[in-house]
Amino acid sequence: MAAGVATWLPFARAAAVGWLPLAKKTMPRPPVDKKSRSDEILFVNVSGQRFQTWKNTLDRYPDTLLGSSEKEFFYNEDTQEYFFDRDPEMFRHILNFYRTGKLHYPRHECIQAFDEELAFYGIIPEIIGDCCMEEYRDRKKENQERLAEDNEAGEGGDAPLPPNSTSREKLWRAFENPHTSTMALVFYYVTGFFIAVSVIANVVETVPCRPIIGTVKDLPCGMKYSLAFFCMDTACVLIFTFEYLMRLFAAPSRCMFARSVMSVIDVVAIMPYYIGLVMPENEDVSGAFVTLRVFRVFRIFKFSRHSAGLRILGYTLKSCASELGFLLFSLTMAIIIFATVMFYAEKGTKGTTFTSIPASFWYTIVTMTTLGYGDMVPNTIAGKIFGSICSLSGVLVIALPVPVIVSNFSRIYHQNQRADKMRAQQKVRLARIRLAKKGCTNAFLQYKDDGGLQDHDSGSTALCVKNRSAFEHQHNHLLHCLEKTTNHEFTDELTYSEVCMTESLGYRTSRSTSLSSHHGSSTTCCPRRAKRRPIRLANSTVSVSRGSMQELDTLHVQKTTVVPQSRSSLNARTEDLKLNCDDRDFTAAIISIPTPPANTPDESLPTSPAFPGILRNSRSTTFNPDTVKISSL
Amino acid sequence: MGLAMGTFSTQTKQVNYRRDKCDDDLEMTMVCHRPEGLDQMESQTNFNKRELQVLYRGFKNECPSGIVNEDTFKQIYSQFFPHGDASTYAHYLFNAFDSEHNGSIKFEDFVTALSILLRGSTREKLQWTFNLYDINKDGYINKEEMMDIVRAIYAMMGKYTYPALKTDTPRQHVDAFFQKMDKNRDGVVTLDEFILSCQEDENIMDSLQLFENVI
Repeated sequence: MAAGVATWLPFARAAAVGWLPLAKKTMPRPPVDKKSRSDEILFVNVSGQRFQTWKNTLDRYPDTLLGSSEKEFFYNEDTQEYFFDRDPEMFRHILNFYRTGKLHYPRHECIQAFDEELAFYGIIPEIIGDCCMEEYRDRKKENQERLAEDNEAGEGGDAPLPPNSTSREKLWRAFENPHTSTMALVFYYVTGFFIAVSVIANVVETVPCRPIIGTVKDLPCGMKYSLAFFCMDTACVLIFTFEYLMRLFAAPSRCMFARSVMSVIDVVAIMPYYIGLVMPENEDVSGAFVTLRVFRVFRIFKFSRHSAGLRILGYTLKSCASELGFLLFSLTMAIIIFATVMFYAEKGTKGTTFTSIPASFWYTIVTMTTLGYGDMVPNTIAGKIFGSICSLSGVLVIALPVPVIVSNFSRIYHQNQRADKMRAQQKVRLARIRLAKKGCTNAFLQYKDDGGLQDHDSGSTALCVKNRSAFEHQHNHLLHCLEKTTNHEFTDELTYSEVCMTESLGYRTSRSTSLSSHHGSSTTCCPRRAKRRPIRLANSTVSVSRGSMQELDTLHVQKTTVVPQSRSSLNARTEDLKLNCDDRDFTAAIISIPTPPANTPDESLPTSPAFPGILRNSRSTTFNPDTVKISSL
Repeated sequence: MGLAMGTFSTQTKQVNYRRDKCDDDLEMTMVCHRPEGLDQMESQTNFNKRELQVLYRGFKNECPSGIVNEDTFKQIYSQFFPHGDASTYAHYLFNAFDSEHNGSIKFEDFVTALSILLRGSTREKLQWTFNLYDINKDGYINKEEMMDIVRAIYAMMGKYTYPALKTDTPRQHVDAFFQKMDKNRDGVVTLDEFILSCQEDENIMDSLQLFENVI
């Protein structure tokens, strides 16, 4: 529960007087607060720097270290103060969080140190106020990227494959990461060599060689040594075909591979050869065939597998397509305008080269890009004037958008990256906050589970119930009053859906609703629990209620320590582990990781056949055979 | 090209002058309210100084400006009932607290109401409750008002309850209530009928003492 609402609890409880005339059942008795109620000033000593604050201030956030009884561990009897051996500078921010309800991120602090402090004090970073959240996120992302880079440089993706991977996987890996094995490296360089050879052959075969003895005309080398070039071409194509087929075989997803850009380039590079083999030596068709040979130049794009720079360039062009499109559009507009003007200006001249508006396009482009070939030149005065205006504005038109596009490149590129990440992070953030909220709603149900609603005779209450703060007792009493008013009970989603299911299956709940109203409801709890005892999860590991587990799964939690949301159950764990409470989910010795929010153990046991009518507390808990539950029966 | 640029620029000029008009409305006055003195409040309510101090500290923390508006009120109240939707009931509560009906609760209103609810006599408490139920403040509670209140209370329970909430549960509840409270069967409950019926009911009388030691 956030903010200073703890201080508004008295008001909420007072407002419950409004329910009294409506209540169907009698109201439960309020919890008796044995401890002194008056507010006191606490002293907190953090590495020598003393802070003072009201006890109520710290009690506002009961699921943090300072708000729960966990701080008792740090209480120094001799000096009558709480001593923390941590950074006092950071503590100032933590304490301000309690005072104002907003957590701020100090810009000059290291992000990791801050995270560690938050984890120590049990505060989730999602609570950071909007004013500092962006800065926090940016720094965190930067930090993570730097760490990731360092890791990557260390490994280089050369981690050994799992031992039992198939030959197909090994082959694919060899193709994707040539550094992994010598064979792959050799193959990599051989293909590179052949690409170079093929491209050079394509280039050289058009160079004119000395004519064959007996003729006069210069022949291109391709014609003169046609056999040699044909053999070279065949060899290259054979290698490329072999490589393509190997990749196709090794690819984990052949459809996806076939549609990827690189494979398309591969196909386009080798197709002309095969088409040339198949096609007859017909004169009509050979014109089209010659066009096809142009596609052989696409072999040069195969180099992009060998060069990361080419890949990045391709990607940035793709991502800036709209900006480029805009540049093209504005250029086209200018060209059309000036071409029209020039055409009409030069129309009268005899023997003019400006024969039509499309013909003037060429002049406009050449002039605007300041090339000025001189093949088309205006002769009239008007033509020359407009020609010079065209040339001047060409400089402007081209020079102005280009820096904008360049900066757009980097802006859009980074923005895209950041927007996607932020969207993903926003989802994660909301999911975490929802998780925390869920933990809070489940706290009441857990409280009921612990038998917190029974009449408390001193001494016989379960310790885990006692250890809840006065605030929690009162809040739970308030919720209990609401239950009595409406004569309905709070349950969780799981139970509710089971109710719906069993009701639709035709089971009539044998339990009458009046059962829950008596204070003796605990009698129904425990026998049920006793029945469940033999059903035990194998290794009593963390179990989470399904809903929150799914959420956790989607979170890709990277942090190694996620703060448990409900401190009260942590208290129960540390103090009462073997005593009386159920062995709760986080047997933290086993697992240090994303501990589930509150204490909602998993409903992984089959329950419905045995207990058709029993719907409360159907969330099971994992039992140790030697747990003894002490509660008022 | 310069002509093209020129034509573009003339178009953008028209938009600018409309923007200036809006700025005038944005001057907001910072509302701040300070409560009357501690002594005065102590004499007017049933709290002692210490309790008033604790109350005010909490109040001021949540609302530094000294007044609560309905949205903040709803937000605070909803945090105590995370299972369901407490905003409707909070709305009725707000109207009950806001004695001057000006859309904001000052600390004095807050403390006065709390004083009645926690330290007042039985008659005062019942009167306050009657005032809460009487939504239009006409001195009578009719079935529609009661339905609204009861529906709002059930809304706080949320969706996942045992037994599952049926659509006519509120209606049944209201009918039972009227059965008990409406002595002369005229379809409305007056203040006297209400107080009389409540005084006859043992459970209600007992539970009115429940919240006395809340602070």
